[in-house]
Amino acid sequence: MDQVRRIIPVVFLIVFIVAVQLATKYTGTPFYLTQLTMSAYYSLVVVGLCVLMGYAGQISIGHAGFFAIGGYISAALTTHNLLELKDNAFVSLLNKYGVLVLREDLYGETLLTVHPWYACLLAIMTAVIIAFVIGGPVLKLKGHYLAMATLGFGIIIYQIVMATEYFGEADGISEVPSFNILPGIELGGGFEIRVVNYYIAWGLVVFGIIILQNLIHSRVGRALRSIHGSEEAANAMGIHTSRYKLYTFVLSAAFAAIAGVFLTHYNGSIGPSEAGVMKSVRYVAIVAVGGMAHLWGALIMSVILNFLSLRGVFGTYDDAVFGAILIVIMLFAPEGILGLGIFQKLKKIMSGGVSGKTPELQESKTGQKQV
Amino acid sequence: MTIELFLQYLFAGITYGSLYAIVAIGFNIIYNTTGIINFAQGEFVMLGGMIAVTLINFVPLPIAIFLAVILTMIIGALIEMIFIRWLESPSVLRMIIITIGLSIIIREVALHVWDESVRSLPYFVGNEISSVTILGTNISPQVLWVVGVCSLMVVALSLFFKFTSLGREMRACAANRRAAILCGINAKNMVTLSFVLSAGIGALAGCVMSPITYTQYDMGPGLAIKGFTVAILGGLGNSFAAVAAGLLLGIIEAFSISVVPLAFQDAIAITILLIILFIRPHGLFGSSEAAGLKEF
Repeated sequence: MDQVRRIIPVVFLIVFIVAVQLATKYTGTPFYLTQLTMSAYYSLVVVGLCVLMGYAGQISIGHAGFFAIGGYISAALTTHNLLELKDNAFVSLLNKYGVLVLREDLYGETLLTVHPWYACLLAIMTAVIIAFVIGGPVLKLKGHYLAMATLGFGIIIYQIVMATEYFGEADGISEVPSFNILPGIELGGGFEIRVVNYYIAWGLVVFGIIILQNLIHSRVGRALRSIHGSEEAANAMGIHTSRYKLYTFVLSAAFAAIAGVFLTHYNGSIGPSEAGVMKSVRYVAIVAVGGMAHLWGALIMSVILNFLSLRGVFGTYDDAVFGAILIVIMLFAPEGILGLGIFQKLKKIMSGGVSGKTPELQESKTGQKQV
Repeated sequence: MTIELFLQYLFAGITYGSLYAIVAIGFNIIYNTTGIINFAQGEFVMLGGMIAVTLINFVPLPIAIFLAVILTMIIGALIEMIFIRWLESPSVLRMIIITIGLSIIIREVALHVWDESVRSLPYFVGNEISSVTILGTNISPQVLWVVGVCSLMVVALSLFFKFTSLGREMRACAANRRAAILCGINAKNMVTLSFVLSAGIGALAGCVMSPITYTQYDMGPGLAIKGFTVAILGGLGNSFAAVAAGLLLGIIEAFSISVVPLAFQDAIAITILLIILFIRPHGLFGSSEAAGLKEF
């Protein structure tokens, strides 16, 4: 029964994804797919962060850093030409084992670069290792200290990409090649492969959601919620709190890095703004609007807000909108818009029940409500 | 390194260090009365500088600075009254997110009011090329202004907290909020006052630093993270240690220029912050037992 209840929203999501694609096809608005694809990748970061913030209760204002690690490493490896270093022992060794590929760029010049699959794996591995290394000491901190430490980490990554020539300094890296995931399936920004890319992105989100949902409803998920409730109590009950926190941190960092790799290949470029503090704050804002411990809320809000932002609806007030959202949500609805219990209240009114706090509403107030 | 170069770096370090110390004291004043870190602290410095730069077109410099400080204090009071006063025992996570949101809003408003160009106040005495000679090195007279005003602020604040009844009430709230309320102190007003005070000292520091560091709409977050580093370095809540820690960080930064590229200068402060957080979260001068009782 519980299994079925969990599958239904996923089925709904898949139906919705297909319906949106068909709708854009028949209304002649396929250009929306570009922003929807990008929103999907940002949503991947958001759902990963949602588990860390909402379920494990650990704030991170540095997730744009992990996104940037993934995106930048993948971009740099697949873009920088190694042809001049061909006689270098290490490069020729890599070449011998098929790690490198020869290709032609836009101007017909021959480039020797790392194969996108290896670059992708290396980028994600790097992010995971960095998350492991800094996660240990960082997650010992709480509250303000944790927020500042993760913020500091994000700023350091930003400074590194801004000051390193290899990562293109303020210009970032452009002309990132498209990524042949499987023969015939190409990850890139071309018009003719727009629909395929839409499904790649959303397939990844569905896959991510299924993993996270299983995680939340498992022994690990219960452990995480107990950590959120009270870390000392969880510890006393025999839960290895620091290990669970670290694993969740690493998992969410991996989600961010994967999103970074894929979005960079899709856009064909990455710039330092992807590593900026505002990006990290934006992810936190979306998780907060979605209701912290609310995977589906985070996903819905992420798609809506990212889509509107990417379409340029907020104009020059883009950052201000996210700042205002943060304040308003935290002041009036700390459990998120969906946490206000509008639907439950409506249901109550419809069924003619008396208004007031029902047990399920009270449950949602504690932020532990299960999806 | 020649002795002259050494002194030059030292003075540069002390100048920036004074600014960091003032931002850190702003953090500490609010932290002591509320237990929250105001992530919008750097924005007060920016607002002070920006408002003064605008006002100087209409009134003489001293009056412009005075009005800028008063206006920033009013803004600080309004922020506290609108966003923080009526929240009942908010969680730390919630307060972090609200103050981050506030800093974004203030920055964006500043961007739309003053655009993104870099501005500065004129030098208080002389101009860019005038200098005074101290110990054989030439420094700008503005450096003396910065160091002088910042030390005056620290002394005035310590006198205020020690000898005025208002200052003593604030300290009582910091020590034990409930006991203070039972003694008839209006704790909510003390919180508002702490925002007014830290907005005021931030704005004044922003004005005296403006000729040297310039003022730009997005200078806040960088200052905030350095101010926080200093506050942690000295031990959160300890204002006098913050002065020592501020000078220390300023001097380290100034000397680091000769070793690492300029682009990484900000990364040094953050690396120090991370190391301190990992090794001695109670600060260089704080005691770990006292820190264990606080909720961060």
